[in-house]
Amino acid sequence: MTLKRVFLALTLLALGATAVLALWVTPPRENEGFDAVRLLYLHVPCAWIAYLAFGITALASLLYLVPRTRHPSWDLLAGASAEVGVIFTALMLIVGSLWGRPTWGTWWAWDARLTTTAIMFFLYLGYLALRRSGATVAERGKRCAIAGLIAFIDVPVVHFSVTWWQTLHQQGTVFNPKLDVQIDGSMAFTLVLAVAAFTMLYGYLVLERFELAQLEEGREERELQLAIAERVRTERSEQVVPA
Amino acid sequence: MSFLREAALVAGKDLRIERRSRVALQQIVPFAAIVVLLLAFALDSDSTMLPRAAPGLFWAAIFLATVLAVGRSFGVEEANRARDGLRMSGLDGGSIFVGKAVAVAVELFLLEVVVGIAVVVLYDVTVRGVLVLVCAAFAATIALAATGTVYGVLAGGLRARETLVPLLVLPAVMPVMLGATRAFQAALDNAPGDAWPWVQLLAVFAVLVCAAGVVAFGPLLEET
Repeated sequence: MTLKRVFLALTLLALGATAVLALWVTPPRENEGFDAVRLLYLHVPCAWIAYLAFGITALASLLYLVPRTRHPSWDLLAGASAEVGVIFTALMLIVGSLWGRPTWGTWWAWDARLTTTAIMFFLYLGYLALRRSGATVAERGKRCAIAGLIAFIDVPVVHFSVTWWQTLHQQGTVFNPKLDVQIDGSMAFTLVLAVAAFTMLYGYLVLERFELAQLEEGREERELQLAIAERVRTERSEQVVPA
Repeated sequence: MSFLREAALVAGKDLRIERRSRVALQQIVPFAAIVVLLLAFALDSDSTMLPRAAPGLFWAAIFLATVLAVGRSFGVEEANRARDGLRMSGLDGGSIFVGKAVAVAVELFLLEVVVGIAVVVLYDVTVRGVLVLVCAAFAATIALAATGTVYGVLAGGLRARETLVPLLVLPAVMPVMLGATRAFQAALDNAPGDAWPWVQLLAVFAVLVCAAGVVAFGPLLEET
């Protein structure tokens, strides 16, 4: 318990330091005259967390499917990670959109990266919907694990198909302002710190969500036991009455 | 019994049900036709936009109908607990997958012919590159039917199955939409050379999904 609190405190500290560095210490983009570039420190970590989270979901799903390593915890971890991943994917899309408006002049472009991300978002939204439609691990475990793996296989297919599409239709290409621009030393450091801080935040959120899911599972189990005990008791008392 | 013979049995069963119940003919085909009309209204039928957008609109109609066809394919297994019968039939899971996917694919092929004629007539499209069109449609249909069947059994027996299937299937088949639309576009623009890479993409996707389905279907059927 205390260890978790310490971890939370460290995470908050890292996030605070990132915010200070990102907002005040790093330089603004010279030729832009405004501070949109600071969204970098939010956007890139979100993207990293999305990939990390879905990777963990796929890995946990795989471990659940392999009979030798099967354990309900893998299912709960896969779900917790996917939930956090979807939140960060949404955040990445929103921040990217806000960034795109002043720099690209549009909220949305049919660029390979954007399209891939949007599809990934919906794939995992479907995965989460599937998770909610079975009450217990036993009911949903295997199908969710398979869905988690299929969703992860689909991502590279989507990615390559859209990249292909772009090479066929060059006029659709959109300038991508990520790391190919010259990057200031403090910017690189802040970015690394931001990624580290967000990874810690991801770890904390998944841990919380995982524990909550365990409690939920335990509660359902206990409620079932209580209901059975109740039923047995009433049946017994009914049997006693005629005598 | 061989794998293919088992698959043929399952496909025959599903197609026989559709022939007798006429749900596909009387509900899914008219639905796809309504979508074709609806999209024409949405895009102002006077403009020159319809012939240009025809490939995308054609596949949009087919995709929406696929969701219905998949829902139907697994809906018949829900009734009278037919799913349990399927599970206890002793048929191999992979062959059941192939059988159900083939049945959905056959329905979609017939639907594509009807919708294709409707699109040509209503959207004023000049048909070119028939070979490319047929190959692209074949690969795309197999990919659609196989993906739909995988997710159909995945959501089978769950509450909210009807709403879950579209949410699962449509994002997963996005590459098919892309490939099929581009291939049709290139064929109709009289540039079949541009279409073949897309047909290849569709074929690769179809093979991948079929392989995944053959492996995963048995365990998923056991699960539900």
